[in-house]
Amino acid sequence: MSQPYEVERWNTRARITVWAFVLGCAVLALAPLWGSPAFLSRSVVLFVYVLLAVTWNALAGYAGLMSVGQQAFFGLGAYFTIRLSDGGVPVFAAMAVAAGAVALVSVPISYVMLRLKAGEFAIGMWVLASLLHLLVNLDPLIQGETGISLLALNAFDPKTRMVVIYLFGLLSAVGVVAGMLLLLRSRFGAALQAIRDSEEAAGSIGVPVFRTKQLVFVFAALGAALAGALWLASTVSFQPKTYFGIQWMAYTVFMVIVGGIGTFEGALIGAVIFFVIETLLASFGLWYLILLGGTAVFFALAFPQGVWGYARNRHGWFLLPIGRTLITREKTTGAE
Amino acid sequence: MTDAAEHQAIGAARAAPILSARNLGKSFGALRAMSEVTLDLAPGEAVGIVGPNGAGKSTLLAALAGSFLPSEGTITFDGRDITRAGAAEVCHLGIAKTHQIPKPFDGLTVFENVRVAAAFGGGGDHAADEVAYDALKLCRMLPLANQRAERLGLLDRKRLEVARALATGPRVILLDEVGGGLTDAEAEELVEIIRAIRARGTAIIWIEHIVHVLLQVAERLICMDAGRVIADGDPEAVMKDPQVMEAYLGHSVE
Ligand SMILES: Nc1ncnc2c1ncn2[C@@H]1O[C@H](COP(=O)(O)OP(=O)(O)O)[C@@H](O)[C@H]1O
Ligand SMILES: [Mg+2]
Repeated sequence: MSQPYEVERWNTRARITVWAFVLGCAVLALAPLWGSPAFLSRSVVLFVYVLLAVTWNALAGYAGLMSVGQQAFFGLGAYFTIRLSDGGVPVFAAMAVAAGAVALVSVPISYVMLRLKAGEFAIGMWVLASLLHLLVNLDPLIQGETGISLLALNAFDPKTRMVVIYLFGLLSAVGVVAGMLLLLRSRFGAALQAIRDSEEAAGSIGVPVFRTKQLVFVFAALGAALAGALWLASTVSFQPKTYFGIQWMAYTVFMVIVGGIGTFEGALIGAVIFFVIETLLASFGLWYLILLGGTAVFFALAFPQGVWGYARNRHGWFLLPIGRTLITREKTTGAE
Repeated sequence: MTDAAEHQAIGAARAAPILSARNLGKSFGALRAMSEVTLDLAPGEAVGIVGPNGAGKSTLLAALAGSFLPSEGTITFDGRDITRAGAAEVCHLGIAKTHQIPKPFDGLTVFENVRVAAAFGGGGDHAADEVAYDALKLCRMLPLANQRAERLGLLDRKRLEVARALATGPRVILLDEVGGGLTDAEAEELVEIIRAIRARGTAIIWIEHIVHVLLQVAERLICMDAGRVIADGDPEAVMKDPQVMEAYLGHSVE
């Protein structure tokens, strides 16, 4: 029996995009064979940005949960890595375990934070980050703001170390991007957007509002924790102030807004744009910050929906369909 | 409506109620929005609710749908106390409500709006495409299926409310002013849609100001005023009730 309709979830362009993505990942996975050490270490920075941007976009752009406290999980990811490594866990395993532990810790936290509404939630998250910052400072191992280094890394020769960190970063970033795509394409993707657009209506059609928010909250905590662990591995030193600082949120918000909040592709594009600006201009010091601010203002005025939001609305562009298109027979007889 | 459906409905009125409210009350701070509301709805029955603005009609439907806890009273659905159940749970049990001020999911298409209702409130993910398609078809919204909801006009938003509620597979559907501001032809179409919903055996409570449209579906009429039910029963008797005429003094009863 043929049904009178079809639901399209893929098209040729999306297939090409996915294959290009897979191919790109394969090429990047082989980078230790062809890339310079500088390439590998700069790539890790990009992976950190991708992790932050993609997961904050899931949280804020798709679920409407405007957190300005993801540095809480970023810092905790790094701190747990230090702690585990100090406790004897092999350093690279410590990074992965730390991220997982942060995801676990974020579950009880979610019960408190997700009870807060809009603005309260944003402030609550920021307070959480400040609180965790203070708590971590109490740990004698950290030596207050002096900080500590991830000394276990010294056991590896610089080349091996760089390669492992690079691959860890690549795997994390690809995993989070793929996870995000799967999440958005599942029924929970639509549920997240439903909650964002009207929490009351979402509840009234049977969406488990709290659980769905929890799902994305934990996902975003995991992404930030992986980013924190990765940043620690690439910079070696841990100073609480640097890791729990609000600047991470400023960068993240910049990336997602410029790329296009609430669009899957936008967060990735925003991460790349930020990365390029930073790579080209970071040496200009104060001017760099002024330029960054200027860019943000420019994009906010010229493309309020971000680069990808603009392209999508103006030209109907999309690379990866998150949604579902209904094709009824009457319209498509003979075509398709 | 077919004779069979009409028969079934009349028979149903005598069957055990599917939904019951006893002495429901609701206060918003000092404001008394609803008092001592008692009503029974039989399976497959269609009841209309009229009453001036601010009478507490929407408050009643919201309480029945679990949107908030009533201040007093109890609600029973299918023999089970649902007074304290939340909106999502009430939806899963089989009661769906439309919102008087439509609340579409703006960032999703019409089809996705209805599908998310089918996936979470109805039969689950595997059947959701089909359920959503059927709901859109019944509500005659297929041509708009791939339009983003933010681009819909008010009438289509209201109709989307109906389609979305329908996709949760309810045994009771609560309609809150889905027909205001319609032309005669549009009202005609809406009546056909709601009759089709009823023909599936779904019981209906429908708030609407235009009585003659309402009575094309409802065989029983409730009138509310100042938070209370002031008349309940045969539509003609209700419209002639002195209290009802009083409540409508200065309002138009069509
Ligand atoms: N959420 C709320 N908060 C405060 N007052 C409300 C709320 N909802 C309704 N009311 C008040 O309750 C009364 C009944 O409202 P409502 O049930 O919407 O009336 P109707 O649907 O019959 O026009 C009105 O006076 C209204 O202002
Ligand atoms: Mg009302």
